[in-house]
Amino acid sequence: MDTLKIEGTEDTPEVILDLDQNHLEISGRSLPEDVNSFYGQVMTWIEEYTKEPQDKTVFNFKLNYFNTASSKIILDILTLFEEMVEKGHDVLVRWHYLDEDEDMMEAGEEYSEMVDVPFEMISYT
Amino acid sequence: MAQKEIYKSAGFMEFVYEFYKSMQAHEVKLVYEGKVTHQITKAFIALAEAQMEENEEAAKVQRTVFHVMVECLQNISRHADEYESGDHIYSGRGIFMVSNTPDSYCVTTGNAVSHKKVESLKKMIDEVNQLTTSELKTQYMKQMKEGQLSTKGGAGLGFIDIRRKTGTQLDYHFLPLSDTVSFFLLTTIIPRKF
Repeated sequence: MDTLKIEGTEDTPEVILDLDQNHLEISGRSLPEDVNSFYGQVMTWIEEYTKEPQDKTVFNFKLNYFNTASSKIILDILTLFEEMVEKGHDVLVRWHYLDEDEDMMEAGEEYSEMVDVPFEMISYT
Repeated sequence: MAQKEIYKSAGFMEFVYEFYKSMQAHEVKLVYEGKVTHQITKAFIALAEAQMEENEEAAKVQRTVFHVMVECLQNISRHADEYESGDHIYSGRGIFMVSNTPDSYCVTTGNAVSHKKVESLKKMIDEVNQLTTSELKTQYMKQMKEGQLSTKGGAGLGFIDIRRKTGTQLDYHFLPLSDTVSFFLLTTIIPRKF
């Protein structure tokens, strides 16, 4: 699959979907004007990927802020991973959060309760 | 001509002076009236961030103020209804205000909403205000799972999220603007000590 890279801006996250480097990550800040149009190509890429995934999928979320509209999209992405797990694929979500940011940690914990996908919580300073 | 005279009259200078004093008395640090675009949203949050950074505000308070500002501004840009006043038709616009005291920040928005929406908005906010911490969590997760993003990009999560992040009640008022629309005022308090 082609690599999808989107540079981060003050209101949109950096997206790296690169199978050659084994690097799948969404990081930074997410409050796009229109979540549907920003995440459209990201969702399409992931949907394509789930059809023929690698042996092990590790997906990193390293967000320091996301608005409520983005929170819904994140759940949509996680739901695609849940479907992969149901089909027997090996998926791990790495949820990175700033050490002192309890809300971001709790957001990760809540997502892990909502979808049946293994989560690894990683704090950074 | 008539327009120009408004600015030239002594009454106008008086108004600016009174407005300035009134802003100070109410600890208002930022006020905006007009169309709320995404550019405006980005500009205000950058401004507020820089100010809070300069004041060495606690990181958690900074994040919460940031959060509330984004949700409130996006509420105006997505939900403010059109209304006519004089020769003008206003849409997607409203008033946005940030004030702060030693104890708390206060984010206030005001925008036009159609009379038809008033009762459902009241009901929605009253319900959110009554929820406990754990109920808010359940409700947020439920809405995230079952709700659909609107064409305007709203997820129906804003009020619940503000309550969760601030731990305070949402305060609102509806005042008449015209035969068809009301002025919807919403105030959120963010404590400076959590």
